Amino acid sequence: MTPVPYFDVLKGLGAEVILTLTALVALTLDLASVRRAEMSVRSRTIGTTAVVGLLASTLPLWQQLNGPRMVLLGGTLAMDDLIIFFKLVIVALAVITVLISMDFDVGRHVGEYYAVLLFGAVGMMLLISAEELITIFVALELTSVSLYILTAFHKGELRSQEAAVKYFMFGAISSAFLLFGLSYVFGVTGATGLQAIQDAVKNTGGLAMSPLLATGLLFTIVGFGFKVAVVPFHLWAPDAYEGAPTPVTAYIATGSKVASFFILLKVLFIGFAGLQGSAFWGNFASGWTMLLAVTATLSMILGNCAAIVQHNVKRLLAYSSIAQAGYIFIGLVAATKMGANSVLFYIIVYALANLGAFGVVAALSSRAGGDEMQNFDGMARRAPFLSLLMLIFVLSLAGIPPLGGFFGKFYLFASAVQRDAQHFGLLWLVILGIVMSAVSLYYYLILLKHIYVIDGSDQSPIITPTYLNVALGLVALAVVALGVYPKPILELLNNFSYSVIAGLVR
Amino acid sequence: MQVDWTIYLTLLGMGLILLLPRESKTLIRWVALLTGVAALLVALKDYFNYNAWVNAQISAHGALQDGFVQIVNVPWIPAINTNYHLAVDGISFPLIVLNGFVCVTGILFSWNVETRVKEFFAFFLTLIAGVYGVFMAMDLFLLFVFYELAIIPKYFVIAIWGSTRKEYGAMKLVLYSFMGSALVFIGMLAVYFSAGGQTFDILELAKHPIAPNVQVWVFPLIFVGFGVLAGMWPFHTWAPTGHVAAPTAASMLLAGVVMKLGSYGCFRAAMLLFPQGLEHWKWWIAWLAVVGIVYGAAVALVQKDFKFIIGYSSVSHMGFVLLGLATLNLIGMSGAILQMFSHGIVASLLFAVVGRMVYDRTHTRQLDKLGGLAKVIPFACVTFVVAGAASMGMPGFSGFVAEYQILVGAFHMHPLLALAAGLSIPLTVAYILNANDKVFMEQDQPADGGGHGHDHKPGSGGPHPSLPPITLPERVAAIILMALLVIVGVYPSIMLNMIKANVQLFLRGAP
Repeated sequence: MTPVPYFDVLKGLGAEVILTLTALVALTLDLASVRRAEMSVRSRTIGTTAVVGLLASTLPLWQQLNGPRMVLLGGTLAMDDLIIFFKLVIVALAVITVLISMDFDVGRHVGEYYAVLLFGAVGMMLLISAEELITIFVALELTSVSLYILTAFHKGELRSQEAAVKYFMFGAISSAFLLFGLSYVFGVTGATGLQAIQDAVKNTGGLAMSPLLATGLLFTIVGFGFKVAVVPFHLWAPDAYEGAPTPVTAYIATGSKVASFFILLKVLFIGFAGLQGSAFWGNFASGWTMLLAVTATLSMILGNCAAIVQHNVKRLLAYSSIAQAGYIFIGLVAATKMGANSVLFYIIVYALANLGAFGVVAALSSRAGGDEMQNFDGMARRAPFLSLLMLIFVLSLAGIPPLGGFFGKFYLFASAVQRDAQHFGLLWLVILGIVMSAVSLYYYLILLKHIYVIDGSDQSPIITPTYLNVALGLVALAVVALGVYPKPILELLNNFSYSVIAGLVR
Repeated sequence: MQVDWTIYLTLLGMGLILLLPRESKTLIRWVALLTGVAALLVALKDYFNYNAWVNAQISAHGALQDGFVQIVNVPWIPAINTNYHLAVDGISFPLIVLNGFVCVTGILFSWNVETRVKEFFAFFLTLIAGVYGVFMAMDLFLLFVFYELAIIPKYFVIAIWGSTRKEYGAMKLVLYSFMGSALVFIGMLAVYFSAGGQTFDILELAKHPIAPNVQVWVFPLIFVGFGVLAGMWPFHTWAPTGHVAAPTAASMLLAGVVMKLGSYGCFRAAMLLFPQGLEHWKWWIAWLAVVGIVYGAAVALVQKDFKFIIGYSSVSHMGFVLLGLATLNLIGMSGAILQMFSHGIVASLLFAVVGRMVYDRTHTRQLDKLGGLAKVIPFACVTFVVAGAASMGMPGFSGFVAEYQILVGAFHMHPLLALAAGLSIPLTVAYILNANDKVFMEQDQPADGGGHGHDHKPGSGGPHPSLPPITLPERVAAIILMALLVIVGVYPSIMLNMIKANVQLFLRGAP
């Protein structure tokens, strides 16, 4: 047995190590020195510490950028430019989340809050570099458990507790599904590394020959389906989103989604590369593209239709997230390099727009007295700047040009049509996606109507801290930039994603 | 400065307005007006240059070789092979100028907007910029981006500053437009991949022969998708409610320009790229257009609301555009393009009279509550008569030149088409005269409609004894628009030469 190269591991996981240490510092700092200080001071101090730690954690990442692909611990963790890029995305999302939280009442346990938030970021980053089933599972659990705890942070509020319990129950069951599925996959292939699974799958003769493998695949997808909240595994999402403290909702809807989609992409495109089946119209064949096509269909229809009747902004955004997950699945169903690119691009745009939207909701709802639609009446006059940002975020989610969401959606749909361009095999899914986007515009506009059109009874201006305005403004700028000039990031992704889809058939 | 600066100038003006404090309303209005004028001047300068160039080409070679003036063509998103490609030809120039004029006059007619001035002009200029972009984009993807950019501001402009079921009208309009663009979106993906997935450039795509069986199902997607916005019957129902709900400047822009976005898209994207699809569907388009023409006019005749009359008349007149396009002959298609310009001006003028001059003063649009306004605000009456005459197709106004050509073209296609469409002319005369009669004449009408809190004084010279006089901005704007109607009516070749030359190119099969 070869000795474990601990030093290499430490170097490879520098960012995660720094974040873990920062989390411990945050805990100690809170306990040791600022516990007796005022709440706002505590929150600011610990929050700033967390931001500094997050920024520091990017240093090792920058160093590793443009380096060769590195594999740690016998292939369980990998490092390449794509992975580093997405770790940076996670850091950025976490920084914004921390900034939103600093302006939000997170209860008495400030130190614990930020520490758990950072642990969650560590989990997400590990998830992104994981390429082996057990590591994937452990990282996923680290992320999920952190999020369960964060969801319950509104101690006094019943709906926060309820949301946390619900989220935990569903999460635990989904973990069970995932573990069950993964164990079958291991049983059939005898491997846990994604690349090794891919090689072994080729020898099994596919799903038809191996019902065990089919069960494993199905259960794995069910498990991930819970994590990314697609119909019919979405039931936890609206309650968890609504009940959790809003910054936490933002974190669940963005950071954890990005990491989950990224790992799902890797598992499917590398591990199950030989098992796509087919989702072409009139030519279905069992495999994961077919399963995903079905869940995408259900998510887009149910997510968008259920969002129409919502009165709570967070709940509305929750259903919109379910629908968005459906769109993202379309890119996965394409199962091509272009599909992978489009998914990676879209999750970035989606995360930014959603983070921004929840950020604005967090900042405004705490000052307007609630997160029901009516609380946002006349907001365009009370907080013109944040309202403008909300307009950008929401329209990006709706897919209106020239914002990032439009190009992202276009790219997803284009990749699906391109897959079988001669016979338009996936056009049915794309048509559904486009029609459902048109439906979604309705409820997004209803939300904007409350902000811009309806006059509220309260006309007093709302002042928000400058750092928050700047941070959210930058997010909005990024959303616009990704739509107006997506070229640089597309080129980056295009160069990167060779490593992800190396094992793909096409 | 080339004509693409119309887009950038408008966006700059919009950005500037966003930076101004919201209290300085006058400053904001002036910034908006100057932006509009600057863009219009840029457009006009290039328009006349192009006109001179076309005339020189025709006298030198007898016809145009290539109608396009390329402005800019740089790679935009290489991942999907789309370029930032702007170019203009004799079809888009009249519409660009139209947009400029409607923008300037729309701002003048909105001088009295007092609530949320800053946001109003910001949304308004965003919409204008999107429209300029559509008329120049030669890349299908880019065209779509500009097209969508023009949709969302409409919602806010109508829902915030509108009247009469404004939120309903705004939402209906936006959802119809968006459903239309969803169809276009699907068609766009289909044409892109059918042509090999190499380019979105319209001029390049037009060179790729697309399989006839694909053309036959993609053509109606794109044509109807754009046709929704052009008020194509039976997808027109957003138009009357939207127009009625919109504030004056927005209904001017909606009927004057935005509906032209639809017909322009039909021409530029659907008809150019799918010649076989067009051949297959042209009778459907022509007959649906005729139904729209007659239906719009007939429904306008029985309306009780002044603005609904104009709303339905727009549906009728846009039917002429679609009919002209479907004739596929030189005279009919040239008429259609000219009709886009002409109706743009007529509709703007009519909506300005209804919305700004009459409604903002009397606060009612019901025909039976209005009356005798000719004495109180004679200028409005003159404007309405001029615009109404152009709308009826009176010789001497641009409407005559356009509709006459369309009817001749339709006659060449099938005499019955021209006959059926011609039915709308007496109807148009009837509803215009009826409206004129009820609103501006009929001095001694009983004022029983005034019992609902309005300050009507029965017996003292009609229901509206005194109203604020017509302001200077209104006069200036109305005179500009009326002058255009007459200039193009008396001297149509100022516009028709370039249109004809480019339609000829189209009919020869060149993009």
